[in-house]
Amino acid sequence: MTTKELAEKGKPGQERENLLEVKNLKTYYPIHGGFFKRVVGNVKAVDDISFTIKKGETMGLVGESGCGKSTTGRTILRLIKPTGGQIIFDGEDITKISGTRLRKARQDFQMVFQDPYASLNPMQMVGDIISEPIKNFERRDKKELEEFVKSLLVRVGLPETAYYKYAHEFSGGQRQRIGIARALALNPKLIIADEPVSALDVSVQSQVLNLLKDLQEEFDLTYLFIAHDLSVVKHMSDTIGVMYLGNLVEVASNKDLYSEPLHPYTQALISAIPEPDPKLRKERIVLQGDVPSPANPPTGCPFHTRCPMAQEICSQEKPPLKEVRPGHHVACVLY
Amino acid sequence: MTSKSKTPAQTPLLEVRNLQTGFKIDKQYYNAVEGVSFTIDRKQIVGIVGESGCGKSVMSLSIMHLLPKGIGKVRGGEILFEGTDIVGYNEKKMNNIRGKDISMIFQEPMTSLNPVFTIGFQIAEVLLNHQDITKSEARAKAVTLLKNVGIPRADQIVNEYPHQLSGGMRQRVMIAMAIACQPKLLIADEPTTALDVTVQAQILDLLKNIQEVNDMSIMLITHDLGVVAEICDVVLVMYAGKIVERATVEDLFEYPQHPYTQLLMEAIPKMEEEKERLATIEGLVPSVKDMPEVGCRFANRCPKAMPECMQITPQLEDTKGGHEVACLLYEESWPREERVGAR
Repeated sequence: MTTKELAEKGKPGQERENLLEVKNLKTYYPIHGGFFKRVVGNVKAVDDISFTIKKGETMGLVGESGCGKSTTGRTILRLIKPTGGQIIFDGEDITKISGTRLRKARQDFQMVFQDPYASLNPMQMVGDIISEPIKNFERRDKKELEEFVKSLLVRVGLPETAYYKYAHEFSGGQRQRIGIARALALNPKLIIADEPVSALDVSVQSQVLNLLKDLQEEFDLTYLFIAHDLSVVKHMSDTIGVMYLGNLVEVASNKDLYSEPLHPYTQALISAIPEPDPKLRKERIVLQGDVPSPANPPTGCPFHTRCPMAQEICSQEKPPLKEVRPGHHVACVLY
Repeated sequence: MTSKSKTPAQTPLLEVRNLQTGFKIDKQYYNAVEGVSFTIDRKQIVGIVGESGCGKSVMSLSIMHLLPKGIGKVRGGEILFEGTDIVGYNEKKMNNIRGKDISMIFQEPMTSLNPVFTIGFQIAEVLLNHQDITKSEARAKAVTLLKNVGIPRADQIVNEYPHQLSGGMRQRVMIAMAIACQPKLLIADEPTTALDVTVQAQILDLLKNIQEVNDMSIMLITHDLGVVAEICDVVLVMYAGKIVERATVEDLFEYPQHPYTQLLMEAIPKMEEEKERLATIEGLVPSVKDMPEVGCRFANRCPKAMPECMQITPQLEDTKGGHEVACLLYEESWPREERVGAR
């Protein structure tokens, strides 16, 4: 049992408060065309999604490529301007803030990127990469800062001497550790990890996942964990949101989602994972076709074109996400 | 096996004996594949697993003679395809084999198709190279092939360009090209790594189907143990250029013997179990330039390493009914209780 669970047990009835609340978030990318490059349409990358993350918990977002999970993460960080909806972080609406206020707010949410090769500046020493976010916000004594950065490096499992090296001298897993140290530098409340382990080998992947879990307990971090690998998301998350074509189709606790997936898409997704056990070779639900283009999404339920249980109504009406069991939300006419 | 294929069935389809492939770094050769031996039988799906840099891809490129010229070279050993050694084959002889008897699909369906030619042209090219047919026949055959790999609107897609297709579709086109001449062996190098799980499931199903219909053998290179469990018959686990374990898929997952295989399996999060922490393998695969001369190559990362592991190079030995492992813990001469403890 984790200390987190123990802490919760010790305080019965006390709900953890929400750290992040996303309400009806929409992010559209305009498509320009014609002679004057007018907007001729929109790619609805994120189309009206809502969820909340409690302090100290991990929310996982899964879905296939192009389903809008990365756009969701980036929009929450305000790296992309939302088209509509609200992002409430720690009680403050950060949807529309800009300038100094946004810069200040960003201290509290940081990101770990997918590609450990492209997300670190090859011209900077690792020490400078990690101290740069700190220099942005506070003045610190040079010696003190160096000590602090070195302690961060040790905390993420790198030697102190890494401070003086460059990113190319490290392996993929080590680079991802540098990226994590950089995200930790400002002591944030929320870390958005966008596919942090998909570029790594399994043995290294498990090291990074263990590290992220340890850090969460130590610094009481909240994670938004974005990945396409369901078993990884299951290992990491308390709640899981399944996305399809810019929509959240199911949100449930880790346990409920895997023991009893309700949405046909979630069922197919879970059944598609090859299990590392030859005795479990199962009859899989194999979805036909590909994800439709988000520039021209199907009417009604976005999944009806590939859904094995589609009915006539599915192509006409888009089902809203509703709570069908306590804490288990699903967007499907079947429920 | 049917009666007509009885004679060639005596020799395995592919037999690799003590293969050594080296790369030239600073005017000196370093072996990326060091003394690998294995066989692939007819109609068998053989999986090759290991972390990146363990020599899986180099091995397949050696078989296909696709190593980068002037840098990579087969430095020893034999590759027997249906009993004939193909290591010494020249480019012309290899061109007769590649695409016809052995073909290959790659990880990146985005970059392995030529962007300036239509899908139909690229499939027809393979057919025209190896078979005595006319252009229009080749084209008709291309449409049939596309249909066989499950591409909808095949007669239209045949005129389209690779960029118009999704990743999964491109991988299907690659498979259509690879099976165009009904090869006896298909080498698939991480065929589903770049794809989403739902599409991966489609492609694995397709590979399995084609394998059954065409009586083909597949050498599947992957780092995903889930994929291996799903479709392979026999698995080779590679580490640092050597095979450390060889077993049937059931045996391997039931009784993984080599400490490396065991750790690899414990490191993946599994759907049906709750685990707070995952197993990790400390350290890194040693680089080709500083491989230990003697001793087990995994010793410096192995939790069960003994002082002897640094001095004695373990050989791949049969431990029980065809389950082979290269580890001192399982050597006959080793005290019995130690060996039991390892399992």
